[in-house]
Amino acid sequence: MANKGDWVRIHRVILPAEDRTASLPEDTKRVPFEMWVKGHLLCDGEIGDRVTVKTVSGRIEQGTLLEVNPQFEVNFGNFVPEVLEMDVRLRGALFGREAE
Amino acid sequence: MSMKDLSYSAVMGRKNEIIKDAMGVDYRRYEREGIIFDYEAMMADCGYTLEDHIRIQQAVNVGNTPVFELHNLTALSRKLAGPGKGARIFIKDEASNPAGSFKERRAAASVYHAKKLGYKGVIAATSGNYGAAVASQAAMQGLRCIIVQECYDSHAKGQPEIIEKARKCEALGAEVLQLSVGPELFYEVLLLLEETGYFNASLYSAFGVSGIETLGWELGHQFKEKYGRHPDAVVCANAGGGNLTGTARGLLKAGCPAKIIGAAVDLSGLHMASDAAFNKKSFTTAHTGFGVPYATNPDHSDVPRSAARPLRYMNRFVTVKEGEVFYITEALATLEGMEKGPAGNTSLTAAFALAQQMGEEEIIVAQETEYTGAGKGINPQLSFARQNGIELRFGDPDEEIAGKNIVFPADPSLLKARDLDMDELRRKFIRRATKGLGRDLSEAEFAFLAEETRSTVDFVRATLQ
Repeated sequence: MANKGDWVRIHRVILPAEDRTASLPEDTKRVPFEMWVKGHLLCDGEIGDRVTVKTVSGRIEQGTLLEVNPQFEVNFGNFVPEVLEMDVRLRGALFGREAE
Repeated sequence: MSMKDLSYSAVMGRKNEIIKDAMGVDYRRYEREGIIFDYEAMMADCGYTLEDHIRIQQAVNVGNTPVFELHNLTALSRKLAGPGKGARIFIKDEASNPAGSFKERRAAASVYHAKKLGYKGVIAATSGNYGAAVASQAAMQGLRCIIVQECYDSHAKGQPEIIEKARKCEALGAEVLQLSVGPELFYEVLLLLEETGYFNASLYSAFGVSGIETLGWELGHQFKEKYGRHPDAVVCANAGGGNLTGTARGLLKAGCPAKIIGAAVDLSGLHMASDAAFNKKSFTTAHTGFGVPYATNPDHSDVPRSAARPLRYMNRFVTVKEGEVFYITEALATLEGMEKGPAGNTSLTAAFALAQQMGEEEIIVAQETEYTGAGKGINPQLSFARQNGIELRFGDPDEEIAGKNIVFPADPSLLKARDLDMDELRRKFIRRATKGLGRDLSEAEFAFLAEETRSTVDFVRATLQ
């Protein structure tokens, strides 16, 4: 349950696949053109409901309610051993083998 | 609200009126006889001279970024170069701008101009640093801001670098509208411009591109003051062409005769509008998927005539591989003590290879760096690539196939800058500009195309024969 005033993320299909007329590769032509945006809910609603939000620029947008209090989950990724190996090789190339 | 037809074809059909209302620029003013348009009139008409840009940028804390000599990268490149070879390598630390990239030079005057004309907000279509730049400038100058990103594939999987940019834009107070893959992004931008009445802070406007002239101008003066001489070559990452165009124009205004070299990451084989290929690439800008089409056909952006016209200024255009840019990004960290974003090191990667072709007494400058952070750095981007089935390995970067593998140089001597055929790019431009014309060109049109491609009337004639 999400309440009026909650900060949420919504999703809407702007163009269904059959309405995509721009020149596109086949794989893109088969899928819809979609949109995601965040805003404050203008009414109560459940996840999956069609809702209306007001964005930070004051626009009104409609779409399917996806998340309440959406957060960013970008991070620094999994360990990539090749990055460490690059360090070893670079230092070796500049300073000689004793640096390795 | 008026009952306007919001269908794709109707909105695209209103493009010119929407852009005119959203920029206060009537691009028809610059159209001349036949295929000719008056580029310099358009640049002058934006109403901002180089001095104006310097004043505006100083007022909003943009520009005057430092130049750093990279002693260890220079030493490494000299070990690989022949006797007497190996130019001194410098970077201009554009990451030290308020939102972390040179793009703020591009955003400052657009936002200033929007405010002056009474617009309440600005809209920019960008998945890259330009979004953060416009958001930062809008915050500073008190306007609202909407950033429109191409961000997700059809499985709602986003590029970490683009999601980080969304985070940054939101942190700077902007609304971020995220889209799935496709050129219909432009349709959505037109809809938003009509709905909000905001200013179109296009990447390709004369306000934006002339704002980058300060970068070239600073370079010209910084080297004269600090080292008593001009740089011999300036390498600019070249995607949409504005970075190279603006920098080159600024260098010319500073009287700097440096060679202008464009650099792009080689993503040949990956279709830029492909849903499946979207998350197979590790660079979302500064790559050949933009660099080549925008050089040869600059006027397919969100304005009728682009101010970014790199073929007018470029002496060479080289490509580097994804694995090479990551490698140089790591070298900048481990050998120079500077952690920067990978895409911003595209020009430095080319500079490392090009320095080896130049004399020891010469100077080569990579004219940018960009900020780095979660999602946008060597480790998160390589981790994402591996998760998407891209093979990561050491070897000869010439074996790299975009979308299949990323090959780090097994040895620094394997890193190369590969020249694109400039004459072929010029011929593509000329053929494109005259496509379907069905008549001979006038003398003035031949001269125009020669200017557009930094070639000669004879070259244009030979191309069209």
